[in-house]
Amino acid sequence: MGERVGIEVSLAAAEAVKMANVDVVAAYPITPQTHIVEHLSELVADGELDAEFIPVESEHSAMSVCCGSSAVGARTFTCTSSQGLALMNEIVFIAPSMRLPIVMILANRSLSGPLSIWNDHTDVMSVRDCGWIQFFTENGQEAFDHVMFSFRVAENPAVSLPIMMNMDGFVLTHVIEPIEFWDQETVKQYLPDFEPVNRLHPDNPVTMGAFGLPGIFTEAKMAQDQALINSKAVILEAWKDMGDLVGRYYKPVETYHVEGAETVFLSMGSVGETVSLAVDQLRAQGKPVGQVKLRLWRPFPFEEFREAVRGVKKMIVIDRAITYGGVGGPVASEIRSFLYLEENMPIITNFLCGLAGRDVTVEDYMAMFEKTEQMVKGKVRQEDYIIYGVRE
Amino acid sequence: MAKSEIELSWKDLEVGCVVSEPGNASQYRTGDWRSVRPVWDTEKCIKCGVCYIFCPDMAIKKTEDGYFEADLYYCKGCGICAQECITGCITMVEEEE
Repeated sequence: MGERVGIEVSLAAAEAVKMANVDVVAAYPITPQTHIVEHLSELVADGELDAEFIPVESEHSAMSVCCGSSAVGARTFTCTSSQGLALMNEIVFIAPSMRLPIVMILANRSLSGPLSIWNDHTDVMSVRDCGWIQFFTENGQEAFDHVMFSFRVAENPAVSLPIMMNMDGFVLTHVIEPIEFWDQETVKQYLPDFEPVNRLHPDNPVTMGAFGLPGIFTEAKMAQDQALINSKAVILEAWKDMGDLVGRYYKPVETYHVEGAETVFLSMGSVGETVSLAVDQLRAQGKPVGQVKLRLWRPFPFEEFREAVRGVKKMIVIDRAITYGGVGGPVASEIRSFLYLEENMPIITNFLCGLAGRDVTVEDYMAMFEKTEQMVKGKVRQEDYIIYGVRE
Repeated sequence: MAKSEIELSWKDLEVGCVVSEPGNASQYRTGDWRSVRPVWDTEKCIKCGVCYIFCPDMAIKKTEDGYFEADLYYCKGCGICAQECITGCITMVEEEE
């Protein structure tokens, strides 16, 4: 096993990309992703990483370059945030349809406007239905480990899909954490060389990205949907093997104190650790409260989620994005929809909080629990959502 | 292609819908887009070949006696040949007729 070092999480992620021996990096710098792409640029310039670093003129070009390099069989990485993701949006939807295993870190930041650079999940939720594998990391160690995981899953020939690793901007990207690095031998054991299912090569010409007439489009979408659903088996295997190698076992859905819990918080990303502290305090007060953390977002881990919330009476869903004029935050509306036909469906309250970097403290989560207790005593209108902490 | 496009199930598709058979666009019957087809009047035709030059789909071929005709497998019935014909020898005829 490698050494434990104190390092900014962005730099650790870039070092992990280097250790994965990436072939092409095409990216445009945007806050708060900047340190990742800057560090990779340095590594290439200093001769520490033998890769093509392509400083494109926009994110639309970044994702276009990534599609091209992945299509010829190069291990490909990019990263972006917020407006950058919005600008590359057109190509983001094309990469999975062409089954190109690009790895992208999304340093989560709010979408403008008002113009903001701070953290929430409005960027990732805007591409919820883009067809990429999507998951959330909670701390620096997870971020480091999941770079290797991402390449392994995406490039597996049974998957061959792009993968989006979400990493909260600033609260994760810009903090210094103690991170246990992998040694190169471990990386080699875990991550095989990239052998693409299809490759653009003059010796064996193929057409990629041809148009699909109405007679074939539905079948193409079915095949793509099935590929994403079926990627879960490879994802689970990649987590199992990582645990066996480095001792950290990750799951699609993590639970904390759910045994005997009547109420559970549901969180995604880095706020999970703060929610855990709130759960500790509520438990100390004798309240039967637990926590469910959704790590895997696409494909949605139906069985694991159902198992995690079995017997729960109330669920507090934390959303970090707003669905204007909709039925709730993107996470809550999906959870409600999923659990609708379950027996003993829990009462679900939905709090939209932490928008554009607004701090949400342990006390805030405890207040959301109290609010939920009051709401269930009255009649909870399930379609309601609460924008938490807004000044009246 | 072993099967025509509309016979393929989703399981038959190649990963990423890659087209692994180069040049198979020639098998694509664009002729079934057509609602009108060009018909040449050989009395007026001067065999100049303007129709052949202007056809955007290269769907006009020369016959053995030097006149021209449409390859109805590909001709979409756009009518550019009739528009460009110097002597007005091409008439677009409804497919129903």
